[in-house]
Parts: sequence; C-alpha cells; structure tokens
Amino acid sequence: MERRVNYENDLNLMATELSLGLPGCGDDEPQRKTNPSIRNNKRTAPEISEVSSSESSSSITMSGSDDQDSPPPAKEQVVGWPPIRSYRKNCLQSSKRNEVEGMGMYVKVSVDGAPYLRKIDLKVYRSYPQLLKALENMFKLTIGAYSKREGYNGSDYAPTYEDKDGDWMLVGDVPWEMFISSCKRLRIMKGSEARGLGCV
Amino acid sequence: MAFSFPDEVLEHVFSFIQSDKDRNAVSMVCKSWYEIERWCRRKVFVGNCYAVSPRMVIRRFPEFRSIELKGKPHFADFNLVPDGWGGYVFPWIEEMAGAYPWLEEIRLKRMVVTDESLELIAKSFKNFKVLVLSSCEGFSTDGLAAIAASCKNLKELDLRDCEVDDLSAHWLSHFPETYTSLVSLNISCLGSDEVSFSALERLVGRCTNLKTLRLNRAVPLDKISNILRHAPQLVEFGTGTYTADVRPDVYSDLAGAFSSCKELKSLSGFWDVVPDYLPAIYPVCSKLTSLNLSYATIQSPDLIKLVSHCPNLQRLLVLDYIEDSGLEVLASSCKDLQELRVFPSDPFGAEPNVSLTEQGLVAVSLGCPKLQSVLYFCRRMSNEALVTIARNRPNFTRFRLCIIEPKTADYLTLEPLDVGFGAIVQYCKDLKRLSLSGLLTDRVFEYIGTYAKKLEMLSVAFAGDSDLGLHHVLSGCESLRKLEIRDCPFGDKALLANAAKLETMRSLWMSSCAVSFAACKLLGQKMPRLNVEVIDERGPPDSRPENCPVDKLYIYRSIAGPRCDMPPFVWTMDEDSGLRL
Repeated sequence: MERRVNYENDLNLMATELSLGLPGCGDDEPQRKTNPSIRNNKRTAPEISEVSSSESSSSITMSGSDDQDSPPPAKEQVVGWPPIRSYRKNCLQSSKRNEVEGMGMYVKVSVDGAPYLRKIDLKVYRSYPQLLKALENMFKLTIGAYSKREGYNGSDYAPTYEDKDGDWMLVGDVPWEMFISSCKRLRIMKGSEARGLGCV
Repeated sequence: MAFSFPDEVLEHVFSFIQSDKDRNAVSMVCKSWYEIERWCRRKVFVGNCYAVSPRMVIRRFPEFRSIELKGKPHFADFNLVPDGWGGYVFPWIEEMAGAYPWLEEIRLKRMVVTDESLELIAKSFKNFKVLVLSSCEGFSTDGLAAIAASCKNLKELDLRDCEVDDLSAHWLSHFPETYTSLVSLNISCLGSDEVSFSALERLVGRCTNLKTLRLNRAVPLDKISNILRHAPQLVEFGTGTYTADVRPDVYSDLAGAFSSCKELKSLSGFWDVVPDYLPAIYPVCSKLTSLNLSYATIQSPDLIKLVSHCPNLQRLLVLDYIEDSGLEVLASSCKDLQELRVFPSDPFGAEPNVSLTEQGLVAVSLGCPKLQSVLYFCRRMSNEALVTIARNRPNFTRFRLCIIEPKTADYLTLEPLDVGFGAIVQYCKDLKRLSLSGLLTDRVFEYIGTYAKKLEMLSVAFAGDSDLGLHHVLSGCESLRKLEIRDCPFGDKALLANAAKLETMRSLWMSSCAVSFAACKLLGQKMPRLNVEVIDERGPPDSRPENCPVDKLYIYRSIAGPRCDMPPFVWTMDEDSGLRL
C-alpha cells in the first residue's frame, strides 16, 4: 500500500455517514469515501443533484483546500472522536451553554398547522428516540422511525431543525451530540412536503 | 496406584477457587475434575454473549447462581456500533428462567435489555438478589417497577451508565413497604423526571443495610441532607445536582448531614457544582478513597482545595479544569493514588481552554508511587514526557492516553510518538491495557509486539502506515484478547497471515481500515470457529467490487456458530462464503 492516505485536515467521514453518491469504488486501491461538498453530513435539498462517487477520489488528498462552500466550522467532528461517552458530552454541553450562552437548551418547536409554538428543553433528552417520543406525546402525532436511507418515509410528519448555519436539516442524520450543539429550533413538517424529504 | 479424593472433598477444595481463569484451569486437569467443577461452579462469566449459546452454558453448568454477560464491542460506547446491532439479553433470560428458578445475580454490560426481560427476571427468580446493568439500554422505568415490586430479596440494583426511558418517577414506590433488604442502589443515569423524593426517603430510611446510594442529577441539593440523615451508615454516596442558592441554613444542614456519615469512603455526582457548597464535604474528605468529580465544572483553585483535604484518595475522576497545577498538588497530597482519570471539559474546541498538558501526567507519575491506572485526555505530548512517565511508573497496568487532535506529533520535536509509547511498553512489564493516540508509525507497533507481552487489550486510532503495524501486534502480543482499531491503513495481508491468532482472542474490531470484502469472505471460509461479521450501512458488500474495503469488521471466536439475530446491515461470512442477507 504505497499511497499514504492523507488524513490531515480531512473530515474523514466514516463511510457509514450519509453519502449521496452511488456506492462503489473507482480505484483498485481501497480508499475512503469523503464527499467534499457534503462535509457535515447535511442532507441537501432535493434539487441539488447527487454528487457521484467518482469525485470522491480527489477528495482523499483534499487537505482542507476545498473552499467551495461556507467556511468550515471551527472543529470538524469525526464520529466517535475524541472517545468520550455521550452522557459526558451532553452534561458538558448543557453546563457550557448555560455558562457561556446563558440561553439554556430550550428551543422552539413548531408544527405545521398548529396555532402556536411550544418550547422544549433539549438537555432533558439523551437520544433521538427519547426526543421523538416526547414530540409525539406533546403534539399528539406519529412521526415513526428514522432510517438513514429513507428518513421518516411513510410518516405524515418529518421532524426538522434549523442548525447554526441557518439550514433546515432532517432530525436524526448526525450524531446526537452534534445535533444538540447545533440545533436552534425545531419544525415538524407535515404532509407532502414532509414525504418529499423522505425520498432523498 | 491412583488415589483420588472423594468428590465432596474436591468440591470443597474447589469452593475456595473463585476466579474464572483458575476454575477453567481446574476443569482441564482431567475428566473427573471437569465433571466435579462444572457441577459446583456458581459464577459464570461470558465475555462475549455471542461466543456461546445460553443452552450450552446451562448444559455445562447446571447450578450456577450468578452470571455476567457482555454484549456490544467496546467502541459502541463512542457510537461506532449502529443501533440495532445486537446484544439482546432476552434469549438468555428466557433459557435461564426455564432452567433455574434459583438464579441470584445478573450482571450485564453493553447489552440491550427490554422491559420484557426485566419482567421475566422479576417473575422467574424467587431469590433474585443482584442486578447490575452497565452501559445497557432498551428498558424503561416500567421494567424497573417490575423488579422493585417482585424481588423481595433484592440487594443490589445498579444502573451505571445506562440509557433508561423515564416514563414514570413512581417506579420507586413499587418497592413494598415491607421491603428492607437494599444494600446498593445506583440510579445516577436516570433523567430529569423527578424521582419521588418521599418514596426515596422512605426507602432509604427502612433499608438499614444500605451501603451504596448514587442519586441522579434531578435530586436537588436541599434533599440530600434528609437522605443522608436517614442513612448515616452509607459507604458510597453520589449526590444529585450540587447547586442551589447559597443559604447558610442549607449549608449547615448539609455539612452536618455529611459529618454524621462516619463510614463514607466514596463520593460522586456533583453535577452543576457551586463552589460555595463544596466545603460541606470537608468533614468526610480525610476518609475518602474514591472521588468522582468528572461532572464538576469547577476551576482549578477549588479543585486544589478539595483534593488537598483528601490524603487517602486512591481513585480520582476529574475534568481537565484541574490543570497541571492541580495535578502537581495531587501528586504531593495523595500518595495512595492508584487510579486517575482526567476528562476534557471542551473536547470539540479547536484551542485548549485550560492549562493541562503532559506536565500534569508527568507530575502524577513521579509523585504517586502506587499509580497503576490512567485515562488522560490532553492536547499535547512529547516522547520525552512519555519516557519519563514510563521510567517513573513501571507499575502501570492500564495506560490510556488520548491526545485530542488525531495524529498530533511530539510538540517539541515534531516526530511521531513511537519512542514514547515504546518506552511505556518496555518499562511497564505488567501492562494489561493500552490506548494509543497521536502521530504513530508502524514503529510503535513493532515496540508493542516486542515488549507488551502481558498486554490484553489494545485500542488504536489514526495510527500506523501499513499492514506491518498490525502484523507486529498480532504476531507479538502473546496475551492479547481484545484489539480494537479505527481509521488505520491496515488491510488484508496482516489479517490473513495471522488468522490463527484470532482464535486465541476474544474479539477484533476494525472500522474505517482497508480490509477488503474478499479477505473477509476468505477468513470466514477458512476459520469456522470465528464469526466474521461485516457491518456496512451502505448496503450489501457484494454490491461493490470485492476489493473494496468494508466499513466495519467485527471478528470474534465462537462455539455457537453465526448468530441469528443480525440486523439488515450486518453480514456474516460463513463457511459457505455465501452472504446471509
């Protein structure tokens, strides 16, 4: 294995992270699949075409030189690194937020068609299933189960959130800790718009 | 002429042999010893729940009282194992419920435990005494209520680090008023749903043998005094949230309550701690041997003051707020220190937020002659420091260093940290567990293979250059049982060349490496007593070229054959080399 895979400054997404390209390798040398324009595992809107995997070979030696999109976040997070248990991260998150930003973890939740918004405290929950169940109870609706491939396909509702960059993302794609630190508000989309997202 | 003792005598002798290793050795001496031993083994330990089937265990050990099972691989702690992977305890409970009504103890780690399982436990085992669930998930407070209601002889209920669905705080009230046998209760993982305080106080009040009580964050500070006064015999105590408006009456209540606990040796909890309330624990500090401040977001000066009051400390968990200066004080005050864990307060920040460096670890290794176990998160390291540490402290048995930024070089020389870790394995001859980090080449693995003869568990991330690295470890580390690797350029060659080694180990995890699907299939074909499982959420591995690397690979020895409860994203490479889809 002569070519040294360059991990420096590389997001080095785990291959299990969502990658919109077709699975498959172009090379005979095993390579990591990273996707330069989908850095933080964001699920892009349906109109943006899928990035094919042939682009990924160039991304191996990308070394952070790709400036197409918005400036990279301060720290690109690799899944499961540093190796800290979730409950520790959550605990630190909430203390930090309370100290530094002073706004606690309360975020607004809107449901399409509901007359008023609600607020929930994200730090109460430790996982997506807990959060989704709470939302289901609060609004008396069924969101159903999440799958990486289909989102909440089959459900009338899709939970989305606005992240730090102002983008609307599907709840469930990123690791829980990453979600907690970037979620600014929640919106439960309804109907055909919701189902559309599930088909990406 | 061969004499042999009557079975009863041998059995009596064996009853003094508790450790599994020794019991296993005893059972291999001869057939009759095997038979006698298996009938009198009371504690069974299964390090990998898929290595053997429940029925096999029950068949061999018909009269055990206590079982310990482990499920998911260690990297599941860091979200590398997708949900639904497995580790279900229900099949075990089901088999045991049928076979023994007299099972007393169940200890589980990283397993999926459903309410159904808990209910079955509550129903099936009349003399059930101990339930320890460590890093488990899948159950709710309903399951706990069933245990509380039915297990009249329950002594220990420990839910450390579990993920529990908090449906109702009232599960505690299911312990009947007549129930008084609780010795140990750890509910520190429970969520924000308030525990019913009156139920808790009554429970604590009537269980006069209670020695361990670890509360959850939701229990406010002003409730602690009452609870402590009801249980002055406590040896281990975990507070809830340690914050409140500073009020003299609350403070003096608290200080008084702690003073009344003359047996306290271990403290934990301290979420959201307010420094003003810390001195309340000073009365007990001189007896403390274990202190967990890993949730306490207080700064170095307060930590230093606290630690200086605890000269008998053997175990300390703390955030990196303690800084190098705090660790220096620790090194001079706590000469009995055996275990230290320093966690990062800002793991995702790009810049260091505290002044904690390799110097702190050097200080502790120099000052604490009994230090043997370390988990240390920091942002810089040097070979020089590591060599110093190794020389200072050759009695390390567990050394886990996490330099937060992957592939960080020696900050003084910019070289890889091979030599530093090499010194650790060379000097620390009894090293059993090692976690590597920083910039590392194949060289470090050469050192490990050469020197780390007692090493049982190795964790590797973002390290190495080639298959040679993996080969050194697999061919050199004679005592290796568990190897977990992520994001390293290790491929087929080393794995296939050392296939036989894998049967001498419990398990091997490799994720984001360079092992091809073809190699996995070959390994599965050639090694029938290994379960070779490919985990890949992208879809079936045979939909890609064979030489494509698999995403995650988990290989473990098993006499139970491939498992039947795999989710759609796990494929087993069995002897037919066909895929079970």
